[in-house]
Amino acid sequence: MKVAGLSTLPPGRRATVSERLGGPLLLLAAVALTIFLLLPLGALLLGAVRDDAGAFSLARFAEFAATPGMATAVWNTLWVAVVVTAITVPLAFVYAYAIERACLPLRGLWRIIGLSALLGPSLVGAIAFIQWFGTQGVLKAWLGETSVYGPVGIVMATVYASFPHALMILVVALATADGRLYEAADALSASRWRKFVTVTLPGARYGLISAALVVFAYSVSEFGIPKVIGGNFPVLAVEIYVQVVGQHNFGRGAVVALLLLLPVLLAFAIDWWVQRRQQAGLSARAVPYRPRPDWRRDLPLLFYCLLLATAMLGILGMAAYTSLVRFWPYNLELSLDHYIYGLAEAGVLDAWLNSLRIAGLTALFGTPSVFFTAWLLEKCQGGPTGLRPLVRALAALPMGVPGLVLGIGYILFFNAPDNPLNGLYQTLAIMVVANIVHYYTACHLTALTALKGIDREFEAVSASLKVSPFVTLWRVTLPVCLPAVLEIARYLFINAMTTVSALVFLYSPATLPASVAILNLDEAGELGPAAAMATLIVLTSAAISLLYSLVTHLLFRRHQAWRQGQR
Amino acid sequence: MAHLEITQLSKRYGAFVALDGIELAVERGEFLVLLGPSGCGKTTLLRAIAGLERQDAGRIVHAGRDISQLSPALRDYGIVFQSYALFPNLSVADNVAYGLNSRRADRRLIHHRVEEMLELVGLPGSQQKYPAQLSGGQQQRVALARALATSPDLLLLDEPLSALDAIERVRLRSEIRSLQNRLGVTTIMVTHDQEEALAMADRIVVMRGGRIQQIGGPQEIYRAPGNDFVADFIGRGNLLDATGAGPQHVRIGDLLLRCAGPAGEGHRQRFYVRPEDIRLHDTLDQGENSFYAHVVKCEFLGAYSLVTLQAPTGDARPLVAQFSANYLGGREIRPGATLRVGIPAEHLRPLPEAA
Amino acid sequence: MQLKHLIRHFAVAGLALAAIVPAHAEKTVLNVYTALETDQLKAYQQAFNSAHPDIEIKWTRDSTGIITAKLLAEKAKPVADVIMGVAASSMVVFDREKMLQPYAPANLKALNPRFRSAGATPTWVGMDVWGAAICYNVAEMQKQGLPRIESWKDLLKPEFKGKIVMPNPNSSGTGFLDVTAWLQMFGEKGGWDYMDKLHENIAVYTHSGSKPCVMAGAGEFPVGIAFEYRANVVRSKGAPIDIIFPKEGLGWDMEAIAIVNGTAKLEAAKKLADWATTREANELYAKNFAVVAMPGIATRLKYVPNDYEQRLVKNDFAWMGKNRDAILAEWQKRYATKSEPKK
Repeated sequence: MKVAGLSTLPPGRRATVSERLGGPLLLLAAVALTIFLLLPLGALLLGAVRDDAGAFSLARFAEFAATPGMATAVWNTLWVAVVVTAITVPLAFVYAYAIERACLPLRGLWRIIGLSALLGPSLVGAIAFIQWFGTQGVLKAWLGETSVYGPVGIVMATVYASFPHALMILVVALATADGRLYEAADALSASRWRKFVTVTLPGARYGLISAALVVFAYSVSEFGIPKVIGGNFPVLAVEIYVQVVGQHNFGRGAVVALLLLLPVLLAFAIDWWVQRRQQAGLSARAVPYRPRPDWRRDLPLLFYCLLLATAMLGILGMAAYTSLVRFWPYNLELSLDHYIYGLAEAGVLDAWLNSLRIAGLTALFGTPSVFFTAWLLEKCQGGPTGLRPLVRALAALPMGVPGLVLGIGYILFFNAPDNPLNGLYQTLAIMVVANIVHYYTACHLTALTALKGIDREFEAVSASLKVSPFVTLWRVTLPVCLPAVLEIARYLFINAMTTVSALVFLYSPATLPASVAILNLDEAGELGPAAAMATLIVLTSAAISLLYSLVTHLLFRRHQAWRQGQR
Repeated sequence: MAHLEITQLSKRYGAFVALDGIELAVERGEFLVLLGPSGCGKTTLLRAIAGLERQDAGRIVHAGRDISQLSPALRDYGIVFQSYALFPNLSVADNVAYGLNSRRADRRLIHHRVEEMLELVGLPGSQQKYPAQLSGGQQQRVALARALATSPDLLLLDEPLSALDAIERVRLRSEIRSLQNRLGVTTIMVTHDQEEALAMADRIVVMRGGRIQQIGGPQEIYRAPGNDFVADFIGRGNLLDATGAGPQHVRIGDLLLRCAGPAGEGHRQRFYVRPEDIRLHDTLDQGENSFYAHVVKCEFLGAYSLVTLQAPTGDARPLVAQFSANYLGGREIRPGATLRVGIPAEHLRPLPEAA
Repeated sequence: MQLKHLIRHFAVAGLALAAIVPAHAEKTVLNVYTALETDQLKAYQQAFNSAHPDIEIKWTRDSTGIITAKLLAEKAKPVADVIMGVAASSMVVFDREKMLQPYAPANLKALNPRFRSAGATPTWVGMDVWGAAICYNVAEMQKQGLPRIESWKDLLKPEFKGKIVMPNPNSSGTGFLDVTAWLQMFGEKGGWDYMDKLHENIAVYTHSGSKPCVMAGAGEFPVGIAFEYRANVVRSKGAPIDIIFPKEGLGWDMEAIAIVNGTAKLEAAKKLADWATTREANELYAKNFAVVAMPGIATRLKYVPNDYEQRLVKNDFAWMGKNRDAILAEWQKRYATKSEPKK
C-alpha cells in the first residue's frame, strides 16, 4: 500500500493542495476581520478628525468640549461606572465565594439564578426597577425622596445587568484554588480572616481585577439602561445616540464614540496585561481546594445567596408581572393584553421574529467562522509572516470595542456612498455581521481553549497518514470540540437576542430587532408591551439555554465511551 | 547511498541553535536511536525528517528523493508520539484505518488490514474499543499499528515510551524492537533514556547542543565514548587526569597505575573508569592497580550498591564504584571504612583529547 | 455519525430561518418617512394598499425631530421618496432647502385652503391638525392633594414641582409646537420666562410626544404635556386622566405629506399623495384627530370638546420654519441638561 507516484510529482510542488489552503484561508479571515472591524473603526477615527469638507481638523473635538453639558456627561459616565464597579464586584465576589468556597445546598441553582440576568436585554432591569422603585413602585419608600429616574436607577440597573459578567469571572477565579495553601494555613493555625486575606484574596486577585475592569467597561458603554431609567441624567453612551440618531451629526458622534472607546479599550488592555502575568499563578501540582461544611461560614452565606437570588428573581419576575398586568397601577388584573394587543396586533411581534432570525443567523454563521478561524490559526501552517499575530490581535480587539462604537463605525464605513459594500447597510446581514464581530473575542477564546486542549500532534499524524487536515478537522477535531462549538453557538444566539448597542444604529424598519423594539416601546411610554417583549426575549434565551443543556447532556451520554474525564 | 541521508542540517530558533550542521546517514532496515538530554536537538531533528519543522539549511534525501522542502504529507513515513495522539472519538479500528480510508481502499481490505495490524501489535479483537478504554501501553500499541498500517518506508518514534510506567515501558520496548526486526522498517527513535537506547538501537546517535557527539553501536558507545560528554551521559563514569609514567604506566595523583595502551612519558592524558569496573580486593591483597580508599557514602540500590570513595587520585572528585549484590556476597560496606579497591588495566580507558 | 445528524439539523434550522424571511414580490417599494404614531400607520397602509396593491410602503418612523434631522442629513442623497405625517413646521424647513417636489394632488380643491403650502402648486399638503393638551391624572391629584389646572400658568404652581413631564422639542414635534405656541402667545421674552419657571417643575423631558400622557395615565408623573390624539387614546384605555385644554390657547401643528424632490418613484409617490387627500383617507385621519384637511368630515372625538378648533392659537408656519433652528438651540442651551436622554 505504498503511495504510488510520489516521484512523478511536478517539480516545485512542495505541499498538498489542502495543506497550501491554510494560509490563503487565514488571510481571508484576516481580510474579513479587517473589513468588518478595523476599517469601521478607522472610519470612526477619520470621521472624528475630519471637518465637513473632509480636511484634517481637530475642530470637532474643540466643538465637543465647548458643547454645554458634555463635561457633565463625561463626569457622570465615569463616576457612575466607578460606583457600579465598587458595588458589583464585592457583591459578585461574595456570591461566587458562597458558590465555590462554601458547602451550600443547591449550588447549581444559585449559580443559574446568579447568571439569570444574561437571559434578557439590559433593559429588563431598568424596566423592573422603574416598577419597583418608580413613583408608583411598591418599594418607592426605600428610596426616600430620591427619584429612581437618574443615577440611582442607572446604578441599580447596571449593577444587576453587569453582575453575571463579574460572577462568571470570579467563579472561575475562585474555582481554581490550591488546596495545599489552605492546608498550610491550617497547619499554622491561621484565623479565618487571616486565611481569607492572605490566601483567598491574593489567589483571586487577577479575577478581581478582571471582573472590575469588565464591569467598569460594561457600565461606561451601556446605553439602554440610562436611556430607559436615566431621567435627565446625561451620560456619554446616550450622548452618542443623541448626536447620531437624534441630530444626524455623525462627526460629533464619532468624537463621542472615540471618547467612549478609550476608557474601555484601556480597561481591556490593562486586563490583558494583567492576565499575561498570571501565567505562573497555579502550578500543575496544585491540589483542588474542597471546602468542608462549617455552619458559621455556610449559614450567613446561604442567607446572602437567598437574599440576592430573591432580588434577582424579583427583578425578572417584576418584568414578567408588568407584562401581564392589564393597566398598571390602577387595574392589576392579569391578562395577556400586552402580548396580544401591545405586541401581536400592533405588529411589533415581527421584531421578535426578526430577533430570532438575527440570533439564529448569527449563531449559524458566526460559530463556524469563529471556530474555523481559530482552527486555521492554531492547527494550520502557511500564510505570510505576521499574518498570525495580526489575526490574533484582530480577534482580541472586539472585546475592547463597545457595541455602540462598533455601530457608529459601521454607519460611517458602510453608509459612505462610495463604499462598494454600501448595499449591506440597513440589511439583516449587516446586523448579523455586527453581532458576530461584537462578540468575537469570547467565542474565539472558547474555541482556542478547546483546540489547545486536544493533542497537538493530530495534524502531524494525519499528515504522515496522507490525510488532508480538513478531513481531520471534520472527522476528529470538530467532534471532539463539539461542546465548545455548541457553547459558542449558544453564546452568540443569546447575545444577539439581547443586545441593543450595536444594532440600534443598524436596523431598518423591516429589520427592527426585539431588543430595540423594547427601547421604542418604552419611548412611547408603552411599559407593558415593552415588558412583554422583554419577557419574550428572556423566555427565548432560557429555552435556548435549556436546549443547549439538553443537547450537551445527550452528547456526553452518547459519547461517554470516549468522552471520559472531558467534562 | 544510504537510505536516508542528512547533510548539513541546521535550524535556529532566534538565538537558540537547535540543529548545527547535522550529518547523518541511516541504512535501510536500521533501528537508529537519537539520544541526548532535553534541548539537545534530537526531537527537532526527528521533526525535520518528518517535515514538521522546516530546517534553515541542509538537505534530507530519503530513498534517493530530496524531501528537504516537501510538506509532511508528501513524505513517506509513519510517526508515533509520546502522547499517543490517538483520535479519542474514533474506535481503535477507525484509528488504525485512518490512513487507509483516505486512499479509498476496499472496505474489506481495510478491515483485514486493521485486523492484521492489531494482531501484529498484540491487541487482537479490540477494534470496537475507544482509546480512553485502553491502558497507556495498549494505546501506544494502537498508535504503532496506525503508523504502520500504511506500510510506510520510514518509522519515526518520538519518545514513544516516556509516558508509560516502568514495567510497561520495558515490555513494550522489546516488542517494538522485535516488531521492527520482523518488518524490517527503517526506524528512527528519539529518547532521553540511555537504557532504552542501549537496549533497542542498532546504532545510537548521541546529541548535545544541536550537534552530534558520537554515532555508534550500543557497545561501542558504552565502551568507547568519544568524549567526556558521552562518557558521562551514557552510564556513569569516573574521569581521571593522568600523566604518562613510563611505558604502559600512568600516574594519577599518588597512584601509579598500569594501562592497556602505551603512555608517553610526561604526557598528560585523561582516562575514565566505569563504576562497575572497579574491583573490590581483600584488604591485604596488593594486586596490580589496587589501592586503599575511604568509604564516604554507600547507597544500597537492591541489585547493587553505589559506593562513593575517597581515593588518592589527586582530585577533589570522589571515585564512584558499583558493586553488585552478588559480587559483594553479603559483605557490608559502611561509611568511614577503608577498602582495598583496584582498577584492572583493561578497564582504564583513555578518552580522546577534551572535546 | 452523530455529527452528521447534528449538521443536518442545523441545515434544516437554517432553511427554516431562511423561510421566515418574507419573499419579496415584484412591487414598487416606496420609502416613506413618517412621524405618525405606530398605531395609526397600519390603518393608513391597509387602506392605501387595497387601492394600490402594487405599491409597497416601507416606513421609516421616528419622532418629528429625528425624522427632520434625518431628512436634512440625507439632503444630498435622499433615501425617502415621500414624507408623510411630518409636521408642517418641518415641511417649511424642507421647502426652504428645496427638498420638496411641487405637486397638486387630485383632490386638492376639496381641501380646506389652509391645509397647503403657499404658491401656485403646493410643495406640501396638510392632512390633519394635532394640538396641545394636558393629561392630568385625577387619581393622583386627589391622592396627592394637587390643585386644579385650567391654564398653562397653573403649571407654574410650586405644588407641581417634579410632577410634570413634557416632550423635548428637539426630538418631538409636540414639544416644538408647545414651545412655539408659548412664544407666540406670551411673546418672545414672556415665552422664555414662562419656560424658565416651568422648567423648575419639570421632572423629565421625554423624547417622544406620546410618553408624557402615558406616564401621566400610569400615575408615574401626574401631569403630562401632550397632544389630543394620545390623550384620547390613553383615556379610552381606562387611565384615570382628565384632558385639559388650557384656556390661553393651544399650540398646534399640521401633519402633512410631500414628495421628495428627485425621487425615482415619482408615479408611485404621486399615487400616495393623491390617496392622502381622498375622502377615505380623511375619514381615517378623523378617527384620530379632531380637525382634518377635508371640511365637514371631522367627527367628534370622545374626550375632545366640540369647540376644539376655536381654541387653537394663531399659528405662523413660515415663522416657525424660519426660526426653528434658533428656537431649538436656545432651548437646548437653557434646559439641555435636564432633557431625558433622547432616543
